[in-house]
Amino acid sequence: MNPLDIVLTALSSLASNKLRAALTLLGIVIGVTAVIVLISLGQGVQKSITSEFESLGTNLITVTPGSSEGDGFGAFFGSGGDEDTLTLNDAYALLDPVSAPSVVAVAPEINTWAHVEYGRSSDDTTILGVTADYDDVRLYVVEQGEFISPVHDRDAASVAVLGAGISESLFGLRNPVGQTIKLNNKPFTIIGVLESKEGGFFGFLDRNIMIPLTTAHYRLNFDPNSKGEIQVGSISVQAASSEVAESAEREIRDILRLRHRIVEEDDFTITTQEQALEAIESAIGAFTIFLGSIAAISLLVGGIGIMNIMFVTVTERTREIGIRKAMGAKRRDIMLQFVTEAAVLSFGGGLVGLILGGLITMAMNGQDFLGGPTLETSLDLTITVLALGVSIGIGLFFGIYPALRAARLHPIDALRYE
Amino acid sequence: MSLITLEDVTKIYRMGEVEVGALQGVSLEIEEGEMVAVIGPSGSGKSTLMNVVGCLDAPTSGRYELSGQDISRMSDSRLSEIRGRQIGFVFQTYNLLPRLSARANVELPLMYNNGADRKRRAMEALEMVGLGDRANHKPTELSGGQQQRVGIARALVKEPSIMLADEPTGNLDSSSSEEIMSLLRDLNREQGLTLMIVTHEFDIAAETNRIISMLDGRVVGDSHRDTWAPGGEPWPGGTRTGVVQAQSHSTERSTE
Repeated sequence: MNPLDIVLTALSSLASNKLRAALTLLGIVIGVTAVIVLISLGQGVQKSITSEFESLGTNLITVTPGSSEGDGFGAFFGSGGDEDTLTLNDAYALLDPVSAPSVVAVAPEINTWAHVEYGRSSDDTTILGVTADYDDVRLYVVEQGEFISPVHDRDAASVAVLGAGISESLFGLRNPVGQTIKLNNKPFTIIGVLESKEGGFFGFLDRNIMIPLTTAHYRLNFDPNSKGEIQVGSISVQAASSEVAESAEREIRDILRLRHRIVEEDDFTITTQEQALEAIESAIGAFTIFLGSIAAISLLVGGIGIMNIMFVTVTERTREIGIRKAMGAKRRDIMLQFVTEAAVLSFGGGLVGLILGGLITMAMNGQDFLGGPTLETSLDLTITVLALGVSIGIGLFFGIYPALRAARLHPIDALRYE
Repeated sequence: MSLITLEDVTKIYRMGEVEVGALQGVSLEIEEGEMVAVIGPSGSGKSTLMNVVGCLDAPTSGRYELSGQDISRMSDSRLSEIRGRQIGFVFQTYNLLPRLSARANVELPLMYNNGADRKRRAMEALEMVGLGDRANHKPTELSGGQQQRVGIARALVKEPSIMLADEPTGNLDSSSSEEIMSLLRDLNREQGLTLMIVTHEFDIAAETNRIISMLDGRVVGDSHRDTWAPGGEPWPGGTRTGVVQAQSHSTERSTE
């Protein structure tokens, strides 16, 4: 029996009960659509985060105190380790052009928490004590006013630069530059407002208020260590390029080990942007797989639907099977006919699901999803091929047993079947 | 050499605990070009005989040769192949596939034996049975007699070694029956088609050239037309017991 005949026979059998075929198809359609939409969604999230991540700073390396292992994301955004092992002088030591030629800029920061007041508005937010280079290293753009200058830092001036988010919640549309706010009841003059990072995922960064590092240390968070040095929560280091990020990492480690007189375990953690990104991507990847697996369950249910319908079909067409066998059909011919029917159902379902999933994915592209970030969803070829392949596979898998049953029918019994 | 040779063929069905001997040692030969009727009451084993001869069922013991090939020990797939190439079935209930047109039904065997030129051969077969103008009708749009003609065309199209007809007129009125029988007779006479007709009707059997009578899984009578009583009456008295008795006297009985 040639393949064309097999497919045509399967199609004409399916056409004889269109409603049933359509309903069976629906099971697969829903499964494939769900898989495609959810995986595209996950990939969209991943893409958005990756691109936003790059807007946070390029060639960025973060040094945090303590020997926290593993969690790159936490180290990258962490409010510093809970140990007091990094100091401001450590940060400046990294700027040594001889021992750290790959480092172009450092931006140490102190993280603390403060109660903010302006008129009747008040809020609790993160205060970052930063130096004048911070905006360059972490790619912040000043929208209004100016950023903290070396002079502010030297004088421990009571000035503040607001993130876009906190500015909006305290001042609305008014220009805050020149106004005075209170941080833990101490007055600060606002000298600038930052442009929003536009990050749906990193939106929390817009709620930060930045003040000079020395101010943060002496006025908000006075806590000198045993040597009387200024401790910092983390140090952002900008490498000359992403190519030298690794050598920068090595240089930083060497300098800090030397300064801290370390021979065994480091008392600090170095995280490159790449490592942090990898950590995020693997977390999102795991989440995407989780979503996809849930959707795959519906695909499985669809497959069971096919199997069920194929059993009904085989029983209904017992006599037809007998006739075909009497006409010379071999077991293999009968088997192929029914397996093909199942495969046509599941492939058809997969195709429709793919189209539907593709349309939904396109419709979601660029939409604000649940009031959150803008998603960049896209349907990639791997998923397309995978979805079709899996749906055919499901048809074959769930079609084989009913088809085997059909093929094994004895022609005489089948012919006698009423 | 005979087209069909059965030697002491038995067929035993197991129905739960009980064993039913549907064929209890049947030996017979059918030559090419013969037109044979197998007659007997229900339960006599005539349908089982047809299933064995038609390669739908393998005998439990004994030997069956079809045009020189030993069928009795063949695999399922080889049996399918023999059915597909050499055996044409005609059923009492026609057994056409309702979804397909007359022509597509006739093409069916060619689909399974990879016959070439299917459309043309199917049309030729339909024309041979006088249905060339109904090729695109579905079975439900045809009368019983026409449906049976499609069934005959479907059996003919593969140019079988033997055509097996199981009560071919059982569901037809008398005029359609006559048409079908005369069509079968013509095919036998003009095309040299070997025919085996299973029936319980004597007047149908009387239209063939040889009558094999069966009872309780045994052949109890086997007579050719030329041995029948003068005047064409194949049995004295015209009763079923009559023919069975008459023939069991005149022919050798198969031994177990």
